[in-house]
Amino acid sequence: MNRVESPTSLTSRPESRYGTHLSIRNLTKTFGKKPVLQGIDLEIEPGEFIAVVGRSGCGKSTFLRLLAGLEPATDGQIELDGQPLKGLNRSARIMFQDARLLPWRSVLDNVALGLRRDGQRRGQWALQQVGLSDRAQDWTTILSGGQRQRVALARALVGQPQLLLLDEPLGALDALTRLEMQQLIQTLWQEQQFTAILITHDVEEAVHLADRVVVIKDGGIDLDLWVPVSRPRSIGYPALSEFKVKLLNRILDR
Amino acid sequence: MQIAPNFVSEKSWERSLPWQQITPWIVPLGLLVIWQLLAQFGFITTRILPAPTQIVEAAIRLSISGEMFRNVSISLWRAMLGFIIGGSIGLGLGVLNGASPTAERLLDSSIQMIRNVPHLSLIPLVILWFGIGDEARIFLVVLGVFFPIYINTFHGIRSIDPHLVEMGKVYGLRSRDLFWQIILPGALPNILVGLRYALGLMWLTLIVAETIAANSGIGYMAMNAREFMQTDVVVLSILLYALLGKVADTAVRLLERWWLPWHPSQQM
Repeated sequence: MNRVESPTSLTSRPESRYGTHLSIRNLTKTFGKKPVLQGIDLEIEPGEFIAVVGRSGCGKSTFLRLLAGLEPATDGQIELDGQPLKGLNRSARIMFQDARLLPWRSVLDNVALGLRRDGQRRGQWALQQVGLSDRAQDWTTILSGGQRQRVALARALVGQPQLLLLDEPLGALDALTRLEMQQLIQTLWQEQQFTAILITHDVEEAVHLADRVVVIKDGGIDLDLWVPVSRPRSIGYPALSEFKVKLLNRILDR
Repeated sequence: MQIAPNFVSEKSWERSLPWQQITPWIVPLGLLVIWQLLAQFGFITTRILPAPTQIVEAAIRLSISGEMFRNVSISLWRAMLGFIIGGSIGLGLGVLNGASPTAERLLDSSIQMIRNVPHLSLIPLVILWFGIGDEARIFLVVLGVFFPIYINTFHGIRSIDPHLVEMGKVYGLRSRDLFWQIILPGALPNILVGLRYALGLMWLTLIVAETIAANSGIGYMAMNAREFMQTDVVVLSILLYALLGKVADTAVRLLERWWLPWHPSQQM
């Protein structure tokens, strides 16, 4: 992607105006008698990019669904800019692993979903951000997997959310498309300064994108690792591999 | 996807245009000619089957007298009215039961029980209730049309990907928007399948209802002609039913093209 990077290249940006501040206290979720998350405490600064990694079934997706307000917590609470979350989180947008586009709408109308006014113009703007302006009038069924995810990203960004929740959005893409999408997400995050929470099982992706990587194991936070590497980060940046090894050892109990 | 087939058909256009267009018509036209010849030389008596030309003559005769137009329009009116009533009830109940599990528990098993009664078996009862007036025929059409529309609407709404509905909620759609923007468009392919079935049953029901008890309509025209052994009018009536059935089917195809331009079946 040939894009002009925003001047912000530090990892922490305390003056961000748009991102949500999240404070999560004692967050607990049980399904029946089976505990999935137990007493999670996490403080997320506005505009921070957090990655949550863990083995499959560790509860990371449940964590994201709780943040989105799609499921009620069994105990504990989530505060968004000081306000406790009740019901659906209206300041958040989710990018799902499957793009979840509506096949009966054009690309542009998918992006403009839920916008009350000015949908077409803002939709065009968002499509431009992800480099798909020329596909605005196409049906989504003829797009490739990577293009579909870019449409989903445009749809997530068009409402200029304060909180973007990414639920393994690149998991189903091929390696090259995934790298391209990671660059794109990084660039757009730097420009728009929303708070981003990425759920992934790909440790490399986590250290590449996030300021902080949280490892969830046995329903709790096992490791909260800062990745103080300056941006823009490129793939295979030597400083990143050290973090990657550290995280992998922790997840795999080595 | 759009370029390739065009390219192919343009290539074959020059060489095999006449044959590609003509081939499907050879057999039916041939049969028609044979039929005409057999009838004309007396191998088939008019009592069994009139010659095609006689049927055309009957069509012209009845058109001039206005009898054909009157009977076709009364049949069409009965079909439409029954279809509108039965279709609306089916669509309404399908949407209601599809969207609300409570309504489904309350109503669905009763509807399924009634569905197992062949609606044409009700004819004696319906005649007792309504006599042989239009109400009886329209009632039967309503019953015939209701079930396919109901079942397919219900099924269409139930089989919508719950992930899409969840996505809609996350993206700020309220219940009403969810219905109009996700649930209804998602169920539409199924609803149209139901529509097509319903139109078939609509004509079938009407044919039976009009031949058993009627004093006007295409079925009446056929039964009346039978008494006078006017086989040409009988065959003409059958052809009229076939034609109206074809028109209804084409109408659904046009609706599909109009409402489902995104559907894979429309992008061949």
